Amino acid sequence: MKELGKKVLAGDIRAASRLIRNLEDQIPNTHIAMQEIFNNTGNAHVIGITGAPGAGKSTLTDEFIYAFRQKDKSVGVLAVDPTSPFTGGALLGDRIRMLRHAEDKKVFVRSLATRCSMGGLSKAVGEGIHVMDALGKEKIIVETCGVGQQEVEIINHAHTVIVVLVPGMGDEIQALKAGLMEVADIFVINKADRDGAGKLYKETLNMVHMSKGAAADNSWNIPVLLVESVLEPHKFAESVDAIREKVEEHYQYLVDNNLLVERMRRKTAAEINEALWGAILQPVLNNLEKDGEIEKMVEQVLKKEIDPYTLADQIASKYVK
Amino acid sequence: MFTEELLNQASSLRQKWEDEVKKTIAKRADQKEKWTTVSDLEIKRIYGPEDIKDMDFERDIAYPGQFPYLRGNQATGYRGKYWTFRMFAGMGTAVETNNRWHYLLKTGQTGLSTAFDFPTLMGYDTDSPKAKGECGKCGVAIDTIDDFRDLIKGVPLDKITTSMTINPPATALWAMYCASAQEQGIPLTKIGGTIQNDMLKEFIAQKTFMCPPEPSVKLISDTVEFGTKYVPKWNTISISGYHIREAGATAVQELAFTLRDGMEYVEDAIRRKGLHVDEFAPRLSFFFNSHIDFFEEIAKLRAARRIWAKAMRDRYDSKDPRSWWMRFHTQTAGCSLTAQQPYNNVVRTATQALAAVLGGTQSLHTNSLDEVLCLPSDHAVQIALRTQQIIAEETGAANTIDPLAGSYFVEALTNEMEEKAWEYIHKIDEMGGMIAAIDKGFPQLEISDAAYKFQQQIDAQEKVMIGVNKYVEADEQVDIPFLEIDDAVENEQLARLAAVKRKRDGRRVAETLKDLENACRRGDNVMPYCIEAVKSYATVQEICDVYREVFGEYRDPGIY
Amino acid sequence: MSERRIRILLAKPGLDGHDRGAKVLARCFRDAGFEVIYTGCHQTPEQIAAAALQEDVDVVGLSCLSGAHKYLFPQVAKLLKDEGAEDIVVIGGGIIPEQDMDALYEAGLKAIFTPGATLDSLVEWINKNITPRA
Repeated sequence: MKELGKKVLAGDIRAASRLIRNLEDQIPNTHIAMQEIFNNTGNAHVIGITGAPGAGKSTLTDEFIYAFRQKDKSVGVLAVDPTSPFTGGALLGDRIRMLRHAEDKKVFVRSLATRCSMGGLSKAVGEGIHVMDALGKEKIIVETCGVGQQEVEIINHAHTVIVVLVPGMGDEIQALKAGLMEVADIFVINKADRDGAGKLYKETLNMVHMSKGAAADNSWNIPVLLVESVLEPHKFAESVDAIREKVEEHYQYLVDNNLLVERMRRKTAAEINEALWGAILQPVLNNLEKDGEIEKMVEQVLKKEIDPYTLADQIASKYVK
Repeated sequence: MFTEELLNQASSLRQKWEDEVKKTIAKRADQKEKWTTVSDLEIKRIYGPEDIKDMDFERDIAYPGQFPYLRGNQATGYRGKYWTFRMFAGMGTAVETNNRWHYLLKTGQTGLSTAFDFPTLMGYDTDSPKAKGECGKCGVAIDTIDDFRDLIKGVPLDKITTSMTINPPATALWAMYCASAQEQGIPLTKIGGTIQNDMLKEFIAQKTFMCPPEPSVKLISDTVEFGTKYVPKWNTISISGYHIREAGATAVQELAFTLRDGMEYVEDAIRRKGLHVDEFAPRLSFFFNSHIDFFEEIAKLRAARRIWAKAMRDRYDSKDPRSWWMRFHTQTAGCSLTAQQPYNNVVRTATQALAAVLGGTQSLHTNSLDEVLCLPSDHAVQIALRTQQIIAEETGAANTIDPLAGSYFVEALTNEMEEKAWEYIHKIDEMGGMIAAIDKGFPQLEISDAAYKFQQQIDAQEKVMIGVNKYVEADEQVDIPFLEIDDAVENEQLARLAAVKRKRDGRRVAETLKDLENACRRGDNVMPYCIEAVKSYATVQEICDVYREVFGEYRDPGIY
Repeated sequence: MSERRIRILLAKPGLDGHDRGAKVLARCFRDAGFEVIYTGCHQTPEQIAAAALQEDVDVVGLSCLSGAHKYLFPQVAKLLKDEGAEDIVVIGGGIIPEQDMDALYEAGLKAIFTPGATLDSLVEWINKNITPRA
C-alpha cells in the first residue's frame, strides 16, 4: 500500500486510479496509502458541479476542462453515476462527453459509481479528491450524479459549488427548494435557448436576492449565468469560459477572506471521525465477527435474553476505561 | 366500407369459426401464446371485414396515382417500368469499384449506387491519422476529383442515374459528380441521381456526423436549393429509415422517425430558403429497410405513402400532386442476416425483396449472402441481383399493381402502422421538432431500448434466428470465399493522393477554399464554391475542414 | 467483505459508427453487475488506451464492423503493453473474419466474439476469466 502511495506522489495515473479503486472496493489497509499522500493535499481548487440528471453537467464539465486547459491548469475530474440498486452494476456515462481530452496528459478523468451511498457522497469520492490533489491536479471537478443527498453534500467537499439548472424540466422550483439554494456559489442555467429559460432565470435571481437579504456585506454575490446550446460550439465555449472566470473569482474571494480553509472544516471533522472509526471500532467489530461473537449476540437478542444496548456496554467496558 | 348486411353475415360466420377454434385448441393448443411481428406488434389469428369496416374507399384506398397514393404513384405501375435494380457497391480504390460497377451493369442492374469507405464518409482523407487501417475496407476511397474520374469511367452520366451514400461530405462528392459531368460536356440539367445527404438520421442512428444539426441542415437546404435551380433531375436528399432500423428501431419507429425527419427538412427549406414547397418537394426521396417480417414491411411501406401524401397536402399546403408522391429506395435488412449457415441469407433476402416489391418500391438493393462476413464477392452479388430479376420476370409479382390492397389483414396492419406512426410524429412535434427531440435524446433512447429488448428476446429464444438460436450447427465449417481488401490498397491510395497534392496548384486550392469559407460565413449557398474547390483538386477533407472550422464540430451527447 | 467489482471499458476504435452492439452490451454488462464505461464511437487507439489507464479497468472490449480491426485492435493492445498495463484483458467483437483471428490473438487479444454470440456467453466468459488484480 505504501508503494501505491509513493507512485501516486510520483504522478502515476494508473496507480492513482487503483488507489481510488481500493477506496471504492473498501480494500483493507488502504488508509496506509492515504497516509503516504495526505501531506501533499490541500493545494487544489475543488469545484463541485451538481444538478438534476439531464441538466447537461457532463457537457459543461467537458467545456470547463477545455477552458481551464486554455489557462494551462491541470485538471482532475471525478464523475459520479448511480449504481443500479438491482444489479449492483453501473453505466458510467459521463466520460463519453469528455473524450476530446483523453490524450491530454494534464487531464485525469475518473468515473465512479455511487455504490451503496445514496445518502451522500461516497467515501471514495471524498478521498478520491485527496488522491487527485496529491497527484498535483490544480483544479478538481467533482460531478455528482444528480440524485439524492449527493447534490447537497457536495458543499462539504468543494470550495466552489456550481448548481446547474435547466428550463423545461418541470421541476425547477423543486430543485430550488431542495436545499440547493444553500449550497450554490454559482448558478448556471444550461440550455438557455429552451422555452422557459427567461422564467427560470428570474425565479433564480429572486431566490438569490431573498437569501442575500440576511447575509453580511462582504459576502459573495451569487451570480446566475446563462449558457446557450452546445450545438453552437463557439458561443457555448464563450459562455463556459465566462463561468470559469467567475469560478476563479470565487476562489480569489475565498482566499482574500480567509475562507478557503474554513470550507473544509466539516469535511475534515468527518474524515477524522471516519479514520477513528476505522482505527478503533472497525478492528473491534472485525474481532467480534471473527470469533463468532456477533452471531452469538444476535441469537441472544432474538431470544430476548438481553438487549443490544446492554451488550454494547459490556463490550465497551472491555476497551474503554 | 361494407354494408350492414355483409357485416352481419360475416359476424355470424365468424362466430361459427371461433367455435371451431375453441374446439381445436382444446384438443391441440397453439404452438405459442403470442404471435407478433418482429417489431412486437401483435397479430390476430384472422382478419375479416370487421377489421377495416371504418375505412372509406375513396378517402383511404383509391387507385394508383390518386390521393392518398396508398396504391402507388404511377398509373401503370411496374408494367411501365420495373423498380430500378440498384446494388450498393464500393471497395478499395476507385478503379476496383469501377470494375465492380461495370460487372453489375453487365449482369443487368439498371442504376448505380456508391459505397464509400469510412474516411471518405467521415470527411477525412486517406492520409489523415484517423484513417489509418480504414482505407477502402468497406467502400471506395475518394480523396479528390482525380479518384472520382476513375470511379465513373465509362459510365454514361446522362443515361444512368447514380446514388451516392454520403452524408456530411455530400456537398463535396456531389460537386465532384457535377464537375465531372460538365467536364464531359454533359449539362447539369441532364444528370440524375441521389445523394443520401440526410444528417438527422446520422444524429439518431448512423453516427457519421461532423457539424452540429443546425449547420448540417443548412448545408442540406443549400443542396435542395441548388438542385431545384440547376440540377432538376437530382434527388438531393434520400430521407433514410434504413439505418434507423438497423440500429435496432421497430418498424413503427423507422416509419415515424423517417417521415418526421422528412418534415423537418421540408420546413427548413421553406423557412430558410424561402422556397415554395412545390418547388423542391417532388425531388425529395426516401430510403427504407425491408426487414424479415413479410407483411409488416409491406404495410409499413404502404402506410409511408399515405402518411407522406397527407402531410404534404394538408400540413404543408402543397398543391402539386408530384409533391404528394413518396418515392423510395429500399434495401433488404443487413441486421437480419446471419454469419451462421450463410446460404440461408439468400432466402431471407429473397423474401425481403419480395416484400419491398409488393410494397411498391421504386428502387431496390438486395444484400448478398456474405454480407455479415465481408464485402460481397462477385458471385454472391450476382445471386443478389438475380433475386431481383427472378422476382421481376418469373414470379408474377409485377403483373398487377399493389396486389395486397383490399386484404383485410394488410389494410388493417397498414392502418395500425399509420396510426402509431402519427402518434410518434405528434409527440416529436410537441417536443419542438426533430432537432429538439434529438437534443433531448428521444429517438436515440427509443432505439436503444428496442435494440436491447430484441437482443434479450433472441437470447431467451422468444424470437428465432435460424442458425443462431435454433437449428444451430455445432462446429459449422463456413466455406464462403472471402473478399478481402488488401492492406496494400492504403499505400496505393496514399501514393496517389500525394501525387495529386504535388501536381496541383496549391495557391488555387487555397483560393477556392478561402472562397468557400467566406461563402459559409456569409450564409451563401456553398455548392458553386464546392464545385470550384473540387475542380482545383481540393480534397474531401480540406473541404470538410472548412465546415468544421466555420460551423464547429458536433459533440455526441452519448445517450444510450 | 470487500470484493472487487469488475470494471469494463467498451470502445469503438476507428471511424465505424455502428454502435448498436456496443450499446446493447453496455446495458447487458450493467445488468450483470459490472461497472461499464462506454466511450462511444470514433475513438483512436491512443484515446482508448489512455481511458483504460485512467479508469483502471479490468477489461477493454473493442467493437469494429468496418474491417479496420486488423490495425486497430492490435494497436490498442500494443499501447496498453507499452504503458505496462498488459494485465488489462483486451477482447474484441464485430465483423471479424475467421482468418483474421489468429493474428489478433497473437497481438494480445484474449477472446473474440462474433455475430450470434449471446449476451450470457459474454458475461459468463468475463466472470470466468477476469479476476481484478489485487
